[in-house]
Amino acid sequence: MTQLKRKSNTKMVPVPSESIVPERDINKSPVLEARHLGIEFGGLKAVEDFNLTIGKTEIAGLIGPNGAGKTTVFNLLTKVYQPTTGTVLINGRDTAGMNTVQANKLGIARTFQNIRLFSQMSVEDNVRIGLHNQVKYGMFTGIFRLPAFWKQERVQHEKAMDLLSIFDMQDMAEMKAGSLPYGAQRRLEIVRALATNPSLLLLDEPAAGMNPHETEELMDNIIKIRDKFQIAVMLIEHDMNLVMGICEGICVLNYGKVIAKGTAEEIQQNPVVIEAYLGKQKEGA
Amino acid sequence: MKQSKKRFLNNLITYGMVVIAFIICQVMVQNGSMSRSFKGQLVPICVYIVMAVSLNLTVGISGELSLGHAGFMSIGAFSGIVASTWLLNSFNMENTVVRLILSMVFGGVMAGVAGVLIGIPVLRLRGDYLAIVTLAFGEIIRNVLNCLYFSVDGRKIYVSFNDPDLPGKIFVNGPAGATGIAKIATFTMGFVLVLFALFVVLNLINSRTGRAIMATRDNRIAAESVGIAVTKYKMIAFVVAAVLAGMAGALYGLNASTTVASKFKFDTSILVLVFVVLGGIGNIRGSVIAATLLTVLPEMLRAFADYRMLVYAVVLILVMLATNNPFLKNLANSIFHREKQQKKEGEAA
Repeated sequence: MTQLKRKSNTKMVPVPSESIVPERDINKSPVLEARHLGIEFGGLKAVEDFNLTIGKTEIAGLIGPNGAGKTTVFNLLTKVYQPTTGTVLINGRDTAGMNTVQANKLGIARTFQNIRLFSQMSVEDNVRIGLHNQVKYGMFTGIFRLPAFWKQERVQHEKAMDLLSIFDMQDMAEMKAGSLPYGAQRRLEIVRALATNPSLLLLDEPAAGMNPHETEELMDNIIKIRDKFQIAVMLIEHDMNLVMGICEGICVLNYGKVIAKGTAEEIQQNPVVIEAYLGKQKEGA
Repeated sequence: MKQSKKRFLNNLITYGMVVIAFIICQVMVQNGSMSRSFKGQLVPICVYIVMAVSLNLTVGISGELSLGHAGFMSIGAFSGIVASTWLLNSFNMENTVVRLILSMVFGGVMAGVAGVLIGIPVLRLRGDYLAIVTLAFGEIIRNVLNCLYFSVDGRKIYVSFNDPDLPGKIFVNGPAGATGIAKIATFTMGFVLVLFALFVVLNLINSRTGRAIMATRDNRIAAESVGIAVTKYKMIAFVVAAVLAGMAGALYGLNASTTVASKFKFDTSILVLVFVVLGGIGNIRGSVIAATLLTVLPEMLRAFADYRMLVYAVVLILVMLATNNPFLKNLANSIFHREKQQKKEGEAA
């Protein structure tokens, strides 16, 4: 199998913004911009002053020890939680006061740490649900089977199969989503998220529970997806090989605060990051 | 596309089953081999099938436990009665079929309006709370209809909720209920309504809207994350179910010369829920079968006289035990799979 070239040919142009993860972007406005984002749960500051900018077609990583607030950041970005301070801009548009559905329509899609598929439904139906806002027809068209129904159903089927072909999953289309092997379920979640035609894909621990070989494949696939759909990807991951291997910019979170931002090399050598992960070095040791 | 073919075949079996049952019943009525009491059960069976199918849309497909389904039925019944008497007395509409259809449509629309109004507060709740509030709304509807007065005076109609002294001929008289109603419901119309309800529900499930409804049931958070407005689709399921229940109610109301609001109490909602649960939650064909059998069963148990309800309860328990018995389940599965394998082998050969 031909290995895809990692960190492939994206155009890297610096953008004057202090909150940017890596100092690069493609000329226009960033896909996502989080400004002073913060949330409190009954006085506990789960996330504090979170600033981040992700450019188009960029792969960004969000790492940090357990309980650092990574998934909370995802929930803030997708508007599952409403932030107590700050705001999120998607494609330059403010999401203040929006809900998850509206945020998704603006172009933000996600997968979940603990898989959330529609497990009783077939693989194809899962993707078709992802296509909900892409291929439309009304309720009465559906009930009375008007010509538009047949046409749109065919378009939906073709699109679903097309999306499933990214991971070579067309053969599984008829299977129940819940009966798929674990790795395939994770891939299906990514396909479903891609079906909503996002400009930013958030992956919450995509490699959790995968063996090294599968992780390797996943890394290639993330890059493939980015190149094919020309979208930005942001991922939470504990597998450092994956993060260091494909992320162009990395943001490190600890106790709800950003402690470091930069490229893989910068993060690896950052003493604050090493301290957060491994503890303080004994003095004089 | 294999999947959609399988679904199509499955739906065809359901329609076919209903059509065959209808033809058998018609033949039996024609040659007089059906008892009088059973003949009287034909329209109620159709009504309860439609009730069970529509409740299955709320409970099984949309996943919200609704305990006030009889409320929508009663709104449909009284709206249907009002529409029918109005059309007959004010417009001299003699054609019973057209009158019945118009009454059912009116009953459905009124129940649908009630469904929207009730759905707005109710569908913001989840789980047990939703069940409790739907139960309360069912009771509220019954109590409101208990004070409904309706009369016809020439071309004018009078509707009141507090004044029993209405001019003209009174048709709905508060707690005494509707009296002197022209019985225009027929078994054929009941059959048509069952087919209509099946058509609407089965087609809805296998469409974009239906998939969105099932997505909100299976995983609310995931559904929101792919851009499905959860409350909107819960509302669609709830209102479609209310409309169908209203149409069934209109048919029910026009099948008897007297109808009282207390007929549509909590017990009726539970009875329909029993049909849904025993037929299999989310299984439309199961609802049809369960509604038919459990409506017929009390009639057939007349021989047991005083022990009728006891036997009914025992039958319910036995059905539940049987459907949850792992041995019987495996047996059914193995039979089913053997058939499948044989088919495959046949195809190969």
